[in-house]
Amino acid sequence: MSVATPGTVRRPALGSRRRSRTDPLADALTSTRRVLLHYRHSPGLMAASLVVPVVMVVVFGYVFGSAMRVPGGNYREFLMPGLFAMVSVNGVMPTMVGAARDLDRGAADRIRSMPVSRFGVLLGTALADLLVSTVVLALLAVVGLLVGWQAHRGFGDALAGFGLLLLFRFVMTWLGTCLGLAAGREEVAGQLAILTFPIGMVTNTFVPTGGLPGWLRVIAEWNPISSVVAGARQLFGNPAGSGQGWPLHHPVAATLLWSALLIAVCGPLAVRSYQQHGR
Amino acid sequence: MSREHLAVRAQGLTKRYGKTHALAGLDLAVPAGTVYGLLGPNGAGKTTAVRILATLAAPDQGSATVAGYDVVTEAEQVRRSIGLAGQHAAVDEGITGRENLQLVGRFHHLGAREARRRSAELLERFGLAQVADRLVRTYSGGQRRRLDLIACLVTSPPVLFLDEPTTGLDPRSRGEIWDAVRELTGTGTTVLLTTQYLDEADRLADQVLVIGQGRAIADGPPDRLKASIGARVEVAVGNVAELPAAARVLAALTGGEPQTDADRLLVSVVSLPGCEVSLPRLVRALDEDGVAARDVALRTPTLDDVFLALTGDAGPGAGISDAGISDAGVGDAAVGDAGVAAEVAA
Repeated sequence: MSVATPGTVRRPALGSRRRSRTDPLADALTSTRRVLLHYRHSPGLMAASLVVPVVMVVVFGYVFGSAMRVPGGNYREFLMPGLFAMVSVNGVMPTMVGAARDLDRGAADRIRSMPVSRFGVLLGTALADLLVSTVVLALLAVVGLLVGWQAHRGFGDALAGFGLLLLFRFVMTWLGTCLGLAAGREEVAGQLAILTFPIGMVTNTFVPTGGLPGWLRVIAEWNPISSVVAGARQLFGNPAGSGQGWPLHHPVAATLLWSALLIAVCGPLAVRSYQQHGR
Repeated sequence: MSREHLAVRAQGLTKRYGKTHALAGLDLAVPAGTVYGLLGPNGAGKTTAVRILATLAAPDQGSATVAGYDVVTEAEQVRRSIGLAGQHAAVDEGITGRENLQLVGRFHHLGAREARRRSAELLERFGLAQVADRLVRTYSGGQRRRLDLIACLVTSPPVLFLDEPTTGLDPRSRGEIWDAVRELTGTGTTVLLTTQYLDEADRLADQVLVIGQGRAIADGPPDRLKASIGARVEVAVGNVAELPAAARVLAALTGGEPQTDADRLLVSVVSLPGCEVSLPRLVRALDEDGVAARDVALRTPTLDDVFLALTGDAGPGAGISDAGISDAGVGDAAVGDAGVAAEVAA
């Protein structure tokens, strides 16, 4: 047992003790690296987010699709933009669970005990989600090409279409982070995430909204996911199906507005909740 | 003691979660370069205190400084000065040990090369080089805790908080963590560690603060603490009929009030301070009264004993002690130089 020998406290070399600054961008890159490392060691995670849409291609594109007729073209051309959007929307689930797990298992505490920008950490997660979804979307686009889907309006519009889908994936990250941090526990977040399915179904993803009963039609037409799907169909030049209401007539603008609104609400909420959790 | 000689200082910390008073006015002062043990049962407020000092929680009242920086108004500087490990600061399971350390280095803005160099050095030094590139979820409990511990050493912070670093570990892994902590303290690092085990505080800490229900109950060097409590004596007998006789012998020798456990055929007592009990005398006395003891042991008092001695009640943690004859593995590891265990042929 050593005897207590009081010394002076070593101060870490950081210059002045005036207001300190964090480096959100550097922290974001580290945070991105952290998420991507998890993906690298669990390739199954990425495969899983590809499997659902591919199964949907078969189930809806060929099984249900054999009896589906949409005005203005082939059902699978109508379907693919919906499945692209599904990649963006379903991304909310791993994001939610990941955010809650970090709180639950103490990773968030370790990170927050370091001199890191809270915003930077969350931004990094969002960037990582975006990169992963870009890969999944690219693979799904190849599947789409194999089953006869095409972008008909040229390279620029096609790029804009994928840009719109990725923008929405970015929005979903902030929403998912917000909900995951609010859930606080991994299992709760997992159960909450299942709600994504009904919300993703009451849309124009699989069928045009025109045939839905009145009240459900209004919900589906104002569902932000419908705007994204319609926006992608427009930019890819795929059949739009019947649909009414302002969002479906101006789907790209509606998507941009929804995105701005959701980020403006969920972004600050997520950062605040990450800062304050457990305080 | 002047402010710059204190690595950690807290005054009148209070914290409520709903109706629970996690901290009810806690003061503490940790001299730089020492190991300070915060000893208490579950729910005593140890973790809350560490969370406040590590800037993860804000106190309702009171103030605290770490390395001279205020934990509320200068949180960023505090974070540059500390490392946090233990039950509430976990490493990532889905990536490798090396990657975990490198990420910590990057979050501290060490630069990629320095983060790599430092990680490799720590993994080597603390015996994890072999498993460095395996996923953490494949690690043993002891390896995980060691990784957890060295993750907060990547930047060599002057102050370390270790929140129950060995809770739930087997005796061998616990010994490994103890060795690692001792190695750190040789380098002038200040360590504040929380624990439920008196023997752990005894082994590692220069000063111990016993806390219960958010308040300080006693403090001082562990030797003084132990001396104020006495030793724990346990006798295991062959059959139930011998229990009363064993209890009588123990009461007479130690001056304490023996507890009888009929299921485990065990009589235990904490001797009063000053009533030194020697094993040979105890064994002789038992023999003279016709008690055929299966096992006789002098042990470090458990946390329950400490609470009983210091507060006069059984303590909020009754039942958490694990230094007993029935789990001899942990018990034997827990016997420090103050305790002697002896097998007695019945």
